Amino acid sequence: MLTIHIELIEAMLAQANQDHPIETCGVIAGIEGSDIPSRLIPMRNVANSQTFFQFDPQQQLQVWKEMAARGEEPVVIYHSHTSSSAYPSRTDIEYASEPQSHYVIIPTDPSYKREIRSFRILHGMIVEERIRILDKHKSTAGLSKVA
Amino acid sequence: MPITVNVPTILRPLTHNQKKIEIEGANVLEIIERMEQQYPGFKAKLITNGKEHHFINIYVNDDDIRFGNGLSTKLNDGDTLTILPAVAGGQEKVDC
Repeated sequence: MLTIHIELIEAMLAQANQDHPIETCGVIAGIEGSDIPSRLIPMRNVANSQTFFQFDPQQQLQVWKEMAARGEEPVVIYHSHTSSSAYPSRTDIEYASEPQSHYVIIPTDPSYKREIRSFRILHGMIVEERIRILDKHKSTAGLSKVA
Repeated sequence: MPITVNVPTILRPLTHNQKKIEIEGANVLEIIERMEQQYPGFKAKLITNGKEHHFINIYVNDDDIRFGNGLSTKLNDGDTLTILPAVAGGQEKVDC
């Protein structure tokens, strides 16, 4: 199960809608081993495509180094599907390489009801998981978004 | 002084969960060959038929080796070699 604050969900949705019809992507870091996403970092999609995304490798190196220095790991890796459902594609499965991460997909086509879904992907196996959203009345301490 | 290799999460089962490994080598390929000797299976995760996998990024310090000399990129004492799986994916084209 992915437990995530609603502000992070809203930030992912806003980014995905803003980038539509280009696929959006990013990472939410959290303290290693905590399984709690807290610091959202939008990533540049170097593919700049409606059907593919790839983190900018240079930005990825800097972000991963920063996470290591802060004792964090990528708790959530997210991207949008701009004209299909929020289910991992063959390429999503091929590239999935963070066994501890929740892979979140945001559909931006209204016909897919904008329903965000979360998956674990390991060795080609996909397991969908529930998303538990923490509401606005709970503490927002520790949440941050990198501009 | 050896080279420091930053091992990504996905390869840590091969390195007994070590995140950083110090190892000697004059270029990227030599480091990978020596890692393979110590941690069998390591090379196949990065290279096939002498070419690095497109879904793996390898950096020497802050530089992606694709923009250097690839696997022949030279290393100096104290350099850091970082391996990161590319993060990519996306929906497939709706043509099938």
